[in-house]
Amino acid sequence: MVCHDGNWAPGLGISRREVLTGTVALGAIGSGRPSYADETQRPATALRQDNQVSKSMTLYIGTPTSRVDGRAKVTGEAKYAGEFNTSGLAYSSVVESTIPKGRIVRIDTSDALRVEGVLDVLTHENRPRMAGTDQAWKDDVAPEEGSPFRPLYDDKIMFSGQPIALVLAEEWEIARYAASLVRVEYEKQAFVTDLYQQRDQAFVVKKPDKPHGDAGRAFAAAAVRHEAEYFIPTEHHNPMELFASTAVWDGDDKLTVYDKTQGVQNVQRYLCSVFNKKSDDLRVISPYVGGAFGAGLRPQYEAVLAVLGALALERSVRLVLTRRQMYGLGHRPATIERLALGAKADGTLDAVTHEAIAVTSQFEDFSRNDTGWAALLYKSANAKYVHRLARLDVPTSCDMRAPGAAPGVYALESAMDELAVALKIDPVELRLRCYSDRDQNEGVPYTSKQLRECYRQGAVAFGWDKRSAEPRSMRDGSELVGWGMATGVWEALQMPAAARIVLTANGHAEVSCAASDIGTGTYTILAQVAADMLGLPIENISIKLGDSSLPQAPVEGGSWMAASASHAVATTAQEVRGELLALAKAMKGSPLADAKFEDTMLADGKVVSKQDASRAVSITDAMRHGAVDRIEKEKTNSFPDDSSHARNTHSAVFAEVKVDEQLGVIRVTRVVSATAAGRILNTKTAHSQIMGGVVWGIGMALHEETVFDHRFGRIMNANIAEYHVPVNADVQDIKVVFVDEPDTIINPLGIKGLGEIGIVGVAAAIANAVYHATGKRVRDLPITLDKLQRST
Amino acid sequence: MINFQYARANDVADAVRMIATDPTAKFIAGGTNLIDLMKEDVERPSGLIDISRLPLKGVEETSDGGVRIGALVPNSDLAWHPLIEQRYPLLRNAILAGASQQLRNMASTGGNLLQRTRCAYFYDIATPCNKREPGSGCSAIGGINRIHAILGTSESCIATHPSDMCVALAALDAKVHVTGPAGERVLAFTDFHRLPDSSPQTDTNLHPNELITAVELPAKGFPANYSYLKIRDRLSYAFALVSIAAAMELEGGTIGEARLALGGVAHKPWRDSAAESALRGQPANQTTFEQAADILLRDARGYEHNTFKIDLARRGIVRTLTQAAQATPQSQSDKKIR
Repeated sequence: MVCHDGNWAPGLGISRREVLTGTVALGAIGSGRPSYADETQRPATALRQDNQVSKSMTLYIGTPTSRVDGRAKVTGEAKYAGEFNTSGLAYSSVVESTIPKGRIVRIDTSDALRVEGVLDVLTHENRPRMAGTDQAWKDDVAPEEGSPFRPLYDDKIMFSGQPIALVLAEEWEIARYAASLVRVEYEKQAFVTDLYQQRDQAFVVKKPDKPHGDAGRAFAAAAVRHEAEYFIPTEHHNPMELFASTAVWDGDDKLTVYDKTQGVQNVQRYLCSVFNKKSDDLRVISPYVGGAFGAGLRPQYEAVLAVLGALALERSVRLVLTRRQMYGLGHRPATIERLALGAKADGTLDAVTHEAIAVTSQFEDFSRNDTGWAALLYKSANAKYVHRLARLDVPTSCDMRAPGAAPGVYALESAMDELAVALKIDPVELRLRCYSDRDQNEGVPYTSKQLRECYRQGAVAFGWDKRSAEPRSMRDGSELVGWGMATGVWEALQMPAAARIVLTANGHAEVSCAASDIGTGTYTILAQVAADMLGLPIENISIKLGDSSLPQAPVEGGSWMAASASHAVATTAQEVRGELLALAKAMKGSPLADAKFEDTMLADGKVVSKQDASRAVSITDAMRHGAVDRIEKEKTNSFPDDSSHARNTHSAVFAEVKVDEQLGVIRVTRVVSATAAGRILNTKTAHSQIMGGVVWGIGMALHEETVFDHRFGRIMNANIAEYHVPVNADVQDIKVVFVDEPDTIINPLGIKGLGEIGIVGVAAAIANAVYHATGKRVRDLPITLDKLQRST
Repeated sequence: MINFQYARANDVADAVRMIATDPTAKFIAGGTNLIDLMKEDVERPSGLIDISRLPLKGVEETSDGGVRIGALVPNSDLAWHPLIEQRYPLLRNAILAGASQQLRNMASTGGNLLQRTRCAYFYDIATPCNKREPGSGCSAIGGINRIHAILGTSESCIATHPSDMCVALAALDAKVHVTGPAGERVLAFTDFHRLPDSSPQTDTNLHPNELITAVELPAKGFPANYSYLKIRDRLSYAFALVSIAAAMELEGGTIGEARLALGGVAHKPWRDSAAESALRGQPANQTTFEQAADILLRDARGYEHNTFKIDLARRGIVRTLTQAAQATPQSQSDKKIR
């Protein structure tokens, strides 16, 4: 046991290594580098790139490290936006519009104001001042086109469930009661909430997906054709935590806002802009988020209203939305998808047309890429993509896990299944025949693409070779058995991000970044990366996130946070190493006197030579000799702008359903998701992430639908008793396979991120399995037993 | 939710006295439905009279071989009570098909009878609903009515009663004991809930200011041949699209006494004596079951989104009767339909 300084967790790194990897050659102890008894027993995703960052040791990266914030979460120590207390806190409650379109003629708050304990009722008539330009209301991820929604701004009603008054009171119960006493007189206007009624008015939005060839002509000439329309209803995110904001009045017009959000700096800039505040006067904090799934990417109205209340009262105000009010926020847009696939008899594609009509509001143009995915997956000389938007009197739709891809790939992969049936080719085989090694939109290769291996490993894990091709040919007693599969694809995006590291001489480091952890495990993976890059036991790392005053981070979304924040930490850790090396070199008789920066690394609490592990100086020694108590570094990492490669994650999803033949009750009994997403930083949290995506895919296929009554323009199932998501009984055997995907191009650590990929393709795999079981093709989600009964 | 008074009743007489002094007050036991409705401003009681500590928590054998269930016995305690488990497994299965473990722990026997419909319009005070606001109109007729009734509907209302437990109680010929200002009385279970006719605001034949004190089961419990099958949109924690309680006595292959009740199809648990007559004395086979189903559904009428229920109910009846006849009752834990 070599441990130069016993005062920081002696030996911890060693025992942890044994726990995590299972196999450690004894010779490795103290050598500063893990060595595995057999190279094949290295963590599957151990660093392999030949570059500076990845040459560091990886005790934690790639391992199933438990959540570092797990204890805080299960004990209740972790606080959420609606839980921060402060003296003199006032409570508030929102009054919502009950009509979808019109004008407020009169709003009578007198009864509400008479309730004892009510402090004020804010409406568009008496609210504090807010910005009056669209530009001021545009947050970092607002759609380019349109006027962002402004709560309590004027008398215009643009959707049912729109906040129109805020009751402020001493107690939450009082606020809620008084809110029920606010009387509103409307001037109603004609409205529309039905996409099918509005589809002919849909307009084309500019999309980056370029057409190639002549898809129409090629389709007409194709030997085998499949053409169909698919429908995905409006869906809501339904995170467990309700949207909430606690605006703490710090005096002198200063505020600290605890908000449920996926991006504290986005909310901070937005609120400063809306309320004309200096950035030093308003801070946004969101250390923990109980799920958001895209609903918290843009600032939601609860933050605006809590601040509005605090400004009006000059007092701290909390607002927690009700579950019903959560349905007045953004949603996955209802989308009509049309696919036309033309193939040669051998199964190679000749024509792909993918058109989508998605819902947006009357005031903003929200659109995502539903239609371009075929170009990433399948070779076709001719392709055409059209994305249209239809305006309805609803809130602006927004990102929801794998926006664009979840519905678009559902349609594409359903259509591919139908084409496979028409061609009498196995669905996996068809995808392999059409397999594209290049992104045909951009005409470039991938940084890595192990999709073939996903198909292979997924098929093996599922037992696909035992599938009987004919629909209705597999049975289990009274149930028809169906096996279906689909492909998943998502982007591997990365954004500039910064991190600060404060290393103290006792070998502890605090790593901070404004990033949110929305439950994905950002705290944990950053602790892993920091521990490895700083050569410290993970117990010595503390992570601070979710505070707008911390170093810059993008909003947590798009699956980009793992790559973005990890590289910010790794880059900053290099700076720390540089300073430590300088201190080590300055020591008399230093074993690292002539060591070059690139030939060193941090490991086992030491600065160590990569060539000769015996040449090392402990961090503590180096800092003490230099009389340095702490080293503080902050660096921003940006990724080079490189359009020479496409960056994507992929999956192959296999599903088994059992359908009661008489009653049509569908059970998803097995799902295998084989995912290739670069380096998997944490196999435990990654597994959970994919499993969660699969569960959501089950919901998308069989359960989820926001139901509108178009006569009222209102949502009729605005609660999670009637808006169905899968419950435990609906979730049976889910197997997650990570396909090894070394990627030396995408970024130094080879990270792609997997927030979204887990859901993509799942609904199609299940829909295809339902077809295989029953011979019935239901093309509008969710697939319920009444639709199965109706379809032919 | 409006402000309300809260008071606790000490005994049954006290409870009845208290509610008589305030006709807009409500009893509260488990609160699993009432609190939700209050949050949505559907129910706006001026006061809540807490009956949860009244001594109505016993499950006891009666002198004629039946079982008397106190109105405050939690649903979960009832489902797992040895007397129910052994002698009335149909009731136990129906209870376990309902809600979630947490809700069953809170929900009381009497409260289960009084739970209100899940019609979305009833829950949304921004829309017309005759049940919530008499005379305002029925939004479900001509609206979203996929979960609505196909039997016993009226022009005023097509809502369904959402209970599972009540379907089994109806099938088992239970009785409901109530106490009111005029004293005690007993209602046959099938007379307890009512059809909507022109006054859908009234769910039951309970008189104002009456309190349910017990539910009584007769001796006959059909422990050998029974089944409760609940067909819903997900495999647990969803209200029934259609549920079926079936029970019979078999002598050889011939049906003796038979019971058949449906949930999710009407304003009350639906029993039809003609359908049961069609089973009695007949061979326990597919043809008999189909005939009974046809009789039960002879007046069924679908609306825009729920016509599927007629065929689903027919298939479900045949399936459940088959399960009962074969003594392979539907398991509530294994979600595969037997």
